[in-house]
Amino acid sequence: MASSYHLNGVEAWDGCTASAHALRQAQVDVVAAYPITPSTPIIQNYGSFKDNGYIDGEFVLVESEHAAMSACVGAAAAGGRVSTATSSQGFALMVEVLYQAAGMRLPIVLNVANRALASPLNIHCDHSDMYLGRDSGWISLCTCNPQEVYDFTLMAFRLAEHMGVRVPVMVHQDGFLSSHTVQNVRPLADHIAYKFVGDYVPVHPMFDFDKPVSYGAQAEEEWHFEHKAKLHHAIMESSSVLEDIFNDFAKLTGRQYNILETFDMEDAEVAIFALGTTWESAIVAAKKAREKGIKAGVVTTHLLRPFPFVALGEVFKKAKAVAIMDKSSPSGAMGALFNEIAASLYQVQGSRHPVLSNYIYGLGGRDLTQADLDHIFEELSQDAQKGALTHPTQQFIGLAGPKLSYF
Amino acid sequence: MKNWQEFEMGAVLFPFEKQGQEELSKHNNERTYTTDSSFTASVAHWRVEKPVHNKDVCINCFNCWVYCPDASILSREGKMSGIDYEHCKGCGVCVDVCPTNPKSLLMFDNLEPLEEALGKWPEKKEGLKKKSYRTEGGYNGF
Ligand code: SF4
Ligand code: SF4
Repeated sequence: MASSYHLNGVEAWDGCTASAHALRQAQVDVVAAYPITPSTPIIQNYGSFKDNGYIDGEFVLVESEHAAMSACVGAAAAGGRVSTATSSQGFALMVEVLYQAAGMRLPIVLNVANRALASPLNIHCDHSDMYLGRDSGWISLCTCNPQEVYDFTLMAFRLAEHMGVRVPVMVHQDGFLSSHTVQNVRPLADHIAYKFVGDYVPVHPMFDFDKPVSYGAQAEEEWHFEHKAKLHHAIMESSSVLEDIFNDFAKLTGRQYNILETFDMEDAEVAIFALGTTWESAIVAAKKAREKGIKAGVVTTHLLRPFPFVALGEVFKKAKAVAIMDKSSPSGAMGALFNEIAASLYQVQGSRHPVLSNYIYGLGGRDLTQADLDHIFEELSQDAQKGALTHPTQQFIGLAGPKLSYF
Repeated sequence: MKNWQEFEMGAVLFPFEKQGQEELSKHNNERTYTTDSSFTASVAHWRVEKPVHNKDVCINCFNCWVYCPDASILSREGKMSGIDYEHCKGCGVCVDVCPTNPKSLLMFDNLEPLEEALGKWPEKKEGLKKKSYRTEGGYNGF
């Protein structure tokens, strides 16, 4: 039996430490991992917890991220609670196996410290890897600081392992901006955290020798479609389960999360939508904009998959201009989030939609400054007054050289 | 055809209804497999040639059993007992590795009745070293 770890009421943790403690407290049976910046300290901390007797589970050292996720799939099919962590190129190498895990409905939890994808090689934060995994059949949770990383990693186990869900879950945090930034975190005591997560209940474990089972069988045109439909349905239905988990977590900790987090949206005429750490920066800018008389609001989501399109349609119903911020190269299209939110707003009945614009920012760790955000609110305010775009739809901000914009 | 809600979550398959341990202790062609099992499904539709086993020549070395990529070599009481034609793909690897002279396994046209094939077995060939059946011309190496 692993020793319990003495934790203070408030700990100074970066996002990686927070995530490692959550994995330790969930008493994961198998972690198979390969280190990659900036997620490395998750696994490094986890390894030292294991060495010091705080973990009973197995820690498997593998030769690549493809092998890491493959070992996770095997261990989860065998019937264990399984987790790992990755970033960027490592995430890209895992992608092939992410689809296997989702299709086999193995409730693995993957911590992702988001980082740019090469080339050029870059270790800093953007959301390219997060978007790369969007369609792999995993539920994707987004966080913006170490406290949220800790809370959401615990909740991720509850969500993934829920009998009505049984879908693997990713917990995203911004590389370095959250993963390496030390902040105050209020952890739960080990036994309380474990009780919240609950005992692991395997479904069709390969270690049940009385009921042998085959995983990964072939299904051609007569079956494949139905399995994908079933997975899609489970993912779509999972948001209500997540809401219940949010409520249970609030009862335990006083921290109430929502699928959409909003700031000053009640009367907002202009709004910024952004994922990850940008949420907090945009709140500072919105407060300043309000001092200047601009009715500014901010929206983010903790749930990238399933995409909360109904709630998003609702929250932007009264806004006149909305900026959708994408921290990933659009590579020949509008930004990924722009496309999804635009599609969501078209599901809302009625002909009036806010003026939408797409800001591409922060690629490869480029700073997003308060001045940039102030400027966005100014532009949105002009859009709102005119009732139409006063600038191109898609703009790159903070880019060196002449302006780059489209449409 | 089943609808999407009726499939088992995770596309898993169960070879036995229950009592796996008990079934696994039996000989594989005495077990009751489910219809979802890969054992009951024939996956040999594309076979063109089939291996035929001649027990009178076989020395039960089990080279064929080791090398068959599809676990299609059947055995009983320590002896090679034939081919599982529901799963054999007709690749000919078993014939290739069979060390006897003449070979105890030879490839025949898939439609050739077994008794007729056995009636065409070649004689022992002097000086014939281990050779691939494919390099000897024709189906049967003779
Ligand atoms: S022909 Fe190939 S598949 Fe068939 S029994 Fe021989 S080795 Fe196995
Ligand atoms: S390899 Fe040939 S001799 Fe050996 S068991 Fe198989 S059929 Fe018999």
